[in-house]
Amino acid sequence: MSDTATSDHATTTGMTHNKLAMWVFLGSECLLFGALISTYLVYRGRFASGPAPGDIFDIPFTSVSSFVLLMSSLTMVLALSAIKRGDLRNNRLWLLTTALLGSLFIGGQVYEFTTFFREGLGYTTSPFSSAFFTLTGFHGVHVSLGIIMLMSMFISSLRGSLRKEHSETVEIIGLYWHFVDIVWIFIFTVIYLVPSPTS
Amino acid sequence: MSTTEITDRQDDVVHDDGHDHPSDSKYFQIALILAVLTALEVATYYVDIGSALIPVLMVMMVVKFFMVAAWFMHLRFDSSLFTKFFVGGLVLAVAVYVIALSAFEFWSKG
Repeated sequence: MSDTATSDHATTTGMTHNKLAMWVFLGSECLLFGALISTYLVYRGRFASGPAPGDIFDIPFTSVSSFVLLMSSLTMVLALSAIKRGDLRNNRLWLLTTALLGSLFIGGQVYEFTTFFREGLGYTTSPFSSAFFTLTGFHGVHVSLGIIMLMSMFISSLRGSLRKEHSETVEIIGLYWHFVDIVWIFIFTVIYLVPSPTS
Repeated sequence: MSTTEITDRQDDVVHDDGHDHPSDSKYFQIALILAVLTALEVATYYVDIGSALIPVLMVMMVVKFFMVAAWFMHLRFDSSLFTKFFVGGLVLAVAVYVIALSAFEFWSKG
């Protein structure tokens, strides 16, 4: 990790290019998740002889995991706030808490997928199941990558190479993490809470 | 500015990057509002509100979405260029996929 203070970079836009690049990337990610969500909406009624979405979704369970991911956005922003104050101890604490909450969410998703599989919903069971597993699986991969980045920052901080002047690194990874959270806000409402077809 | 300092507005903190960011207590308040909205969303699963269900869910989803983007992602405080890039991608995605869903007759067939 570079020791250069990011706020000292001179750029043509007056803002750091790394942060700008992350926002452009997140804008493009809207198109990726838009495609996956639209595909799900088109195919959610095509469950053939397999389980229908309205029969298989466990709303109370998914509500808890959604709440866990939402609260990880709070801990992420507290990690950023701490490093901006130069409070490295609390920065490490909140980074680790965010990674743990993210891991809890992924654990819940693995449990959900396993339960669905036992109930007869495999990846190729129906167009609905393929669209559902692709959408939520892609989101899960994004969360998992976020956890890896959070743990990398945590380890860097333990080694003393993540300091106050690197707060922009925490901010950029935080932007990615919050984006993953807002995508789930959308998925949770549109896929789970809006009434789904039943068999 | 060489050190972090509290501004006149008690809820905001000016950091070394010159940006005005909320205090930790403000972040907790936002998280509390998000938690309440999530609880209300989940409540719609148990309470029948008839044809108002989908509009109510959509409004709560959009409010949560923009609260996270504005406060936790700091779009409210950072350069408007970031907002333009993000909202540009979002608007493009919504436009493209509303047209795609219309092509699949999603709105009439569901």
